[in-house]
Amino acid sequence: MSSWTPTAPRPAPSNTVGFVAWARANLFATKLDTALTLLAFTLVVYVVEAIFGWAIIDASFTGDDRTACLKEVQGACWPFIEAKFGQFIYGRYPDAERWRVDLVFLSGLIGLIPMLMPNVGFKRANMIYLLGFYPIFAFIMLNGGMLGLATVDTTDWGGLLVTLVVAITGIVASLPLGILLALGRRSDLPIVRALCIGFIEIFRGVPLITVLFMASVMLPLFLPDGINFDKLVRCLIGVALFSSAYMAEVVRGGLQAIPKGQYEAAAALGLGYWKTTHLIILPQALKLVIPGIVNTFIGLFKDTTLVLIVGLFDLLGIVQLHFTDASWATPETHITGYVFAGAVFWLFCFAMSRYSIFMENHLSTDRTSS
Amino acid sequence: MSDPVIRINKMNKWFGNFHVLRDIDLNVAAGEKTVICGPSGSGKSTLIRCINRLEAHQEGEIEVEGVTLDGSLKNLEEIRSNVGMVFQQFNLFPHMTVLENCTLSPIWVQQKSQAEAETLARELLERVRIPDQADKYPGQLSGGQQQRVAIARALCMNPRIMLFDEPTSALDPEMIKEVLDVMVELANEGMTMLCVTHEMGFARQVADRVIFMDEGEIVEENAPEAFFSNPENERTQLFLSQVLTH
Amino acid sequence: MLLQALVLGALVLAMVWLVANVQSNLERQNINSGFGFLSERAGFGINQTLIEYSEDSSFARVLTVGLLNTLLVSVLGIGLATVLGFVLGVARLSSNWLVNKTAMVYVEIFRNVPLLLQIMFWYFGVLRNLPSPRKAVSLGDAVFLSNRGIVVPALEMTAAAWWYGAALAVSTTAYFWLRRRARLLRLADGTAQSIWRPVSMIAMASLAFAALLGGVPFSFDIPALKGFNFRGGITVIPEFVALLLALSLYTAAFIAEIVRAGIQSVSKGQREAAAALGLPDNTALRLVVIPQALRVIIPPLTSQYLNLTKNSSLAVAIAYPDIVSVFAGTTLTQVGQAVEIIFITMMIYLTLSLLTSFAMNRYNARIALVGQKS
Ligand SMILES: Nc1ncnc2c1ncn2[C@@H]1O[C@H](COP(=O)(O)OP(=O)(O)OP(=O)(O)O)[C@@H](O)[C@H]1O
Ligand SMILES: [Mg+2]
Repeated sequence: MSSWTPTAPRPAPSNTVGFVAWARANLFATKLDTALTLLAFTLVVYVVEAIFGWAIIDASFTGDDRTACLKEVQGACWPFIEAKFGQFIYGRYPDAERWRVDLVFLSGLIGLIPMLMPNVGFKRANMIYLLGFYPIFAFIMLNGGMLGLATVDTTDWGGLLVTLVVAITGIVASLPLGILLALGRRSDLPIVRALCIGFIEIFRGVPLITVLFMASVMLPLFLPDGINFDKLVRCLIGVALFSSAYMAEVVRGGLQAIPKGQYEAAAALGLGYWKTTHLIILPQALKLVIPGIVNTFIGLFKDTTLVLIVGLFDLLGIVQLHFTDASWATPETHITGYVFAGAVFWLFCFAMSRYSIFMENHLSTDRTSS
Repeated sequence: MSDPVIRINKMNKWFGNFHVLRDIDLNVAAGEKTVICGPSGSGKSTLIRCINRLEAHQEGEIEVEGVTLDGSLKNLEEIRSNVGMVFQQFNLFPHMTVLENCTLSPIWVQQKSQAEAETLARELLERVRIPDQADKYPGQLSGGQQQRVAIARALCMNPRIMLFDEPTSALDPEMIKEVLDVMVELANEGMTMLCVTHEMGFARQVADRVIFMDEGEIVEENAPEAFFSNPENERTQLFLSQVLTH
Repeated sequence: MLLQALVLGALVLAMVWLVANVQSNLERQNINSGFGFLSERAGFGINQTLIEYSEDSSFARVLTVGLLNTLLVSVLGIGLATVLGFVLGVARLSSNWLVNKTAMVYVEIFRNVPLLLQIMFWYFGVLRNLPSPRKAVSLGDAVFLSNRGIVVPALEMTAAAWWYGAALAVSTTAYFWLRRRARLLRLADGTAQSIWRPVSMIAMASLAFAALLGGVPFSFDIPALKGFNFRGGITVIPEFVALLLALSLYTAAFIAEIVRAGIQSVSKGQREAAAALGLPDNTALRLVVIPQALRVIIPPLTSQYLNLTKNSSLAVAIAYPDIVSVFAGTTLTQVGQAVEIIFITMMIYLTLSLLTSFAMNRYNARIALVGQKS
């Protein structure tokens, strides 16, 4: 009997590996590919050159008013952003009190970062901190009026602060509401089910702006004379109801994916409806739809800009407001402002979408390894 | 021995820098039945996929019925219409009925009329013993039935060579036999077959030759009797002892 | 049962309480109720009307004008976004690295920036920043870009256009008839024949005939600067351009992802099987890949179409006269009947949504893969 020794592997022929081969396969595989590559290359060069020229070469970086941004060939007017930066972040929140906002931002981050890292423990304590302690703390700090803090009226809030307040309230309120609606939609009780379906379909069927109009002009009509909410609170209610309808559909998707056997096993253990839901079904269902939930959050975050239409000054609203400042009126002010605001929104949304992809991969490896 | 219909000469293939197939030499004569076996990852699938250029090789030659497989589209078309292939995962088209699956190639590649194609398809469905499933969708059939449809679909091209890539390994035991029976019948009718499988019973029954591959090489090839009872190579013996004890 | 009764009871009580509040509030503020206002005179102008409209028209007319404007921008937006989205989606799957990455960058930028910001960017940042009509950017002295919008030549048909219309009708009919005949022939006895030669001959002959009888079928009304603004041509208002552009560019990014996922959902094995059967790439694409991908693509695509339609309501931010802007905006401030006006507006959007999702469910039921366990 003979024994066998494998032939040693040879490196691939040089025309199939390395940069040249890569380029041939991925850029110039066919005539069409070559044409497309050249076209795309021209486009990319053109766009990158235009952006680079506008944002850096032709841009102004220093100055105290519009005169800094009136060159013959003028790119971005960055001094405008620099001069208004405080406003863009805090709105008209008084200078002396801005440390309170900073503190709220910081304490939020402290709770959020470990929450987002799947391998850090203490999730329950973290949750209590974020959902129980933090909202109250943030409210007291931002609004003031107690503990010796001066009251800062919500009409003075603005900029990124308002964007984050609306977004985070929306996120925190829409998840539990959405879960309840999703459970209601699958309930055996016809009236509860009909109400939930009606609520979900109505809010998903109309544009957010009509909901905000409703919250800002109709809500006062629904309340008895003399009782009135703050405009910010009315918007918060509108945004939360609106996004909870979308959240409900995401959660429903997760609930539907749980096999019937899980319910039967729970019933066999003698668990009632709420215990089954709370201990068995929801933990699995929510985990399944984390990407969908994050996507809803991203949508909600972008939608916060709509509050400017009903007269609140979120980041976009306050940038828009400062365009009217005559001492900064230049042809490039608008674009510079929009690019700045756009970049901030983009950063948040892109980070969230990457996080959702990360979680998806993390969970799928979790599932296969166990 | 008559002129080989498949002629593979010093063929090498890489996936990136990974050398999957190393110096493969293989000739298959008309009507010959060849069974390929070997451990997972040894390159069996890659080898037979190179024969109808679902994978492109980088060195050496492959010739099918005298037509060389290079980049030429015309040669490729000619070879593909002469070579039928059956996949492990069936790969039936779920949005078409069984009959539509079978008539697709006759109508669109061989320019047959619909009536002609349907007669042919029904004939072949009969041959794989599922004449009454023609109007169902693949999703409504069992795995064994689906694989038989896949065989009929490939036969509808009227190929002279059939390639099988582990046609039974996604099937439950009781369905394996119904697919193997069809394959045995096909072999008895004189079809040239190249078959990756670990069904050793099938190999003994119909194969003219068994090829053992490991690490991208052909380690040993022999007539089935000699191959199973008296393998020449230690590596083959080790593999057989693992497969046959299962 | 008890729970249900409680819920129902609470709901009824809440309703009664709300209605009572509304009534007393309306009375106190002297606001009318009912839908009578719809027939009153509107008294304001609208800068883009698809149907006849003047200040003397009724509020009902305002509603119609607004709805048509909403539909106009939505339909065009859906068309543009679909084309761009499919191109981007296919580009995302291209084996060409540069094309692939360019499409990816586009998608990541446009879908992660709020739509409202994009609308305002195009409107306030770009279009309103264009020079005044007197210094308008001119493309071939026929199309002018200025801060008043885009002025393009108007196409005016002459009587001869009828002849061309007839020629077109003849060629189209001939095309469909020949195509049908060719298909039947092919299925009957397998002979394939090209229909392009007869079709193009018929088309050329009939067009030549029309030209002989009628001469030039149209004339252009080319805009020209008169005083401070343009005369002639068609003016597309900047609000419309900005809204259309932003809606299409934004939605295209989402459609691209849907198309990509749809095509990717067709497994590699399906293409390989088609290739092994000898189908050429384009036939495999047409008969195997696209029909399966469409099943996955169409439901989320429809919801993107609905989103685009709902998002067109952001028109209010730049005063494009859509339904929200002229009805829930201007009309509401004039009449003050918030309850009725918001109700009507919401009902219109809701009807559009429900009709679409009804059609969608029917479609889904029809194309569901038979016997597929998923
Ligand atoms: N498209 C590909 N890209 C990179 N590597 C690949 C690709 N396809 C296969 N390989 C690798 O090539 C080797 C041979 O694969 P092949 O599928 O031919 O093995 P096989 O003998 O058919 O194994 P099995 O019995 O598991 O089907 C494996 O190591 C596999 O990981
Ligand atoms: Mg294999």
